[in-house]
Amino acid sequence: MMHQKSVLRVVSKLLIPPILLFALYVQFHGDFGPGGGFQAGVIFAAAFILYGLIFGIANARRTVPASATRTMLALGVLLYAGTGVWTMLLGGEFLDYNYLASTPIAGQHLGILLVELGVGITVAGAMMSIFYTFAAQTLDGDEDIEEEV
Amino acid sequence: MAEQSNMFLILLVIIPLIASPVCVLLRNATAAWAVSMAVAWSVFGIAIKLVNDLSASNQVLYYRIGGWDAPWGIEYALDKVGGLVILVVSIIGALSLVYAKRSVEKEIPPERIYLFYAMLMLCLSGLLGIVITGDAFNLFVFLEISSLSSYVLISLGKDKRALTSAFNYLIMGTIGATFYIIGVGMMYMMTGTLNMADLSTILPAVADSKTVMVALAFLTVGISLKLALFPLHAWLPGAYAFAPSVVTVFLAATATKVSLYVLIRIFFTVFGKVDVFETFPIQPVLLVMALAAMFIASLAAIWQQNIKRMLAYSSIAQIGYMVLGVAIATEAGLTGGIIHIFNHALMKGSLFMAVGAMAYGAGITTVSDMAGMGRRMPLLMAAFVVGGLSLIGVPLTVGFVSKWALVSAALDAQMWPLAALILLSSLLAIIYVWRVVEIAYLKPAPENAPKPSAVPLSMLIPTWVLALASIWFGANATFTMNMAGSAARHLMGGY
Amino acid sequence: MADTFSGLINYWVAIALMMIGFYIVIAQGNLVKKIVGLNIFQVAVFVFYISMGKVKGGTAPILDDSIEVYSNPLPHVLILTAIVVGVATTALALALIVRINRAYGTIEESEINEQDNVLDASEGKP
Repeated sequence: MMHQKSVLRVVSKLLIPPILLFALYVQFHGDFGPGGGFQAGVIFAAAFILYGLIFGIANARRTVPASATRTMLALGVLLYAGTGVWTMLLGGEFLDYNYLASTPIAGQHLGILLVELGVGITVAGAMMSIFYTFAAQTLDGDEDIEEEV
Repeated sequence: MAEQSNMFLILLVIIPLIASPVCVLLRNATAAWAVSMAVAWSVFGIAIKLVNDLSASNQVLYYRIGGWDAPWGIEYALDKVGGLVILVVSIIGALSLVYAKRSVEKEIPPERIYLFYAMLMLCLSGLLGIVITGDAFNLFVFLEISSLSSYVLISLGKDKRALTSAFNYLIMGTIGATFYIIGVGMMYMMTGTLNMADLSTILPAVADSKTVMVALAFLTVGISLKLALFPLHAWLPGAYAFAPSVVTVFLAATATKVSLYVLIRIFFTVFGKVDVFETFPIQPVLLVMALAAMFIASLAAIWQQNIKRMLAYSSIAQIGYMVLGVAIATEAGLTGGIIHIFNHALMKGSLFMAVGAMAYGAGITTVSDMAGMGRRMPLLMAAFVVGGLSLIGVPLTVGFVSKWALVSAALDAQMWPLAALILLSSLLAIIYVWRVVEIAYLKPAPENAPKPSAVPLSMLIPTWVLALASIWFGANATFTMNMAGSAARHLMGGY
Repeated sequence: MADTFSGLINYWVAIALMMIGFYIVIAQGNLVKKIVGLNIFQVAVFVFYISMGKVKGGTAPILDDSIEVYSNPLPHVLILTAIVVGVATTALALALIVRINRAYGTIEESEINEQDNVLDASEGKP
């Protein structure tokens, strides 16, 4: 069935790298302009979902296994909470970025970057596992739900 | 407002919050259980420390996230009411984790157990967060964290009706939470703040506007849905009846209590300086609902076949007592309501644990399955009887302490009929408890009944700890009465 | 009169959406449609919050020297959180529906209730 959709396949192959790149731009430009982890995570996941739609779930699962999405979910939350705990260990309050670097401004930059990265990873993982769960109904669908901090 | 910030407040929330992804990463049932166990007990330790700090300093404990000052940043605050509630949540959390190990192994497919613990930790974190947050919107986030995880936990039940129960709870719970944010939004429109302490100082100036009145109505209805206050209780019986045993124990003893805490917080902290019960016609509504819950839910309990569903209806009735205490709206009434939060957690915890253990050993689900249980599983049945006596309110049990406090509060407030109705509704409790006891002790077990398998000590001990606690705090109520009394004084005196 | 309508248009929209959503949740027997209704109901609240933060003539809250009036970003941020919660709720609800469909063979509430009633009635009878 995939052979007949050569236009779709070529176009999506062309599109996926810019989508991923754009996701990274939205992610890391988030502290200067509009953007941030939520949006970037969704865009990032969209690239893989597009891949899954065009090339089949089996191939998508080979690229990013379902267990990897679950790991992403957990790692993102850990990165977020870990940043908070780290600031506490450095003598500040939970999520007080001022303590992360030598100057408060640098600290705020680093802090929001880390936290948004955590959010981004979690959101991307969540979107992908939601897609997998519903797209692959032949497999036993276990719903793992995610929660943003 | 330059109080020293208390680091343990935030630890209470983030320790279980971090434990949840750790459980997911471990992918191993036993390891996930070990982590959760360690977390639940350290949370219990922190809760005890915080309650100690509270009674030592006699002040509200604060924590400011990210070092941002109060009205701008999110502030965590814990007063004595909160102290009592986190104590309840953490005791039940710790004991139900001990209980969980064997119970879960039997009820949940092995490959899903680590996810079960991850969800349980998330739920614990959400419930504790609701109690300690001082920010109205942050409360919504924690409310949803705990609710979403409890939908998942309930849906893990073996019976397929668990799925529909979880779905109904999801619909009702989401509507409730959405009502809550509508209310918060309206308050924000009028005051420009989300901080509860800040809200309480600004609200009196705008209290007679229609917007604030509608906001209060939305908040009350939304939280009443989560609380399962009588006409909004439809989600509760199914959810408790078909969830895995541990989940029933945990949610029955904590979730509705935490919602009641939110209601108290809204009435007496956020609207603390407005005098809600004078300004808004809320007292008669709450009184009627509470009384209806006490009678109708108790009557419904009498007719139930499924034993967990029977206890769930009895929970709705007990919620009626708590709301009644709040609705009397005097210091004594609040004391009664607050102490019943603690006492009801003990008795319902032990009852559901006993039933869960009997289901583990002998596979009982209905009242008639209980035949001969008095001989077949004497220890568990005895724990059930202790819990049942407590539900009725027999002296020397915690139930008596609560009812005594409520009756005397009603008498103090010149509400004679109310006192009589409280006593009358206890008669209904006698009927549904006696029904089980009669079958268990007087009816012989059916001839072909298989011998019950041994119930592990890890399930027996938590059951008896709670049962003994409900006798201990019934015989010696000084600690809990003092705690609830000073919490009520604090609430009536404003924030 | 014109003022009560056009000046408060955002509230009217929110109220209409809310009632539509609520009605669907209550009246529809199909579980998926119920979730759609629930989503519309939540969107009503999003609209309510977002329009609340709008300041006439204000721009997006990105600091710049040439701009003086900004919209209030706080309700927008709050609603970002609420949207995420809404997505999580929807995902979970749909996952539950998938499992309900597998267990009951239907997603019509009336048929599910029938099966449940049979199960409930069989309890307590030997």
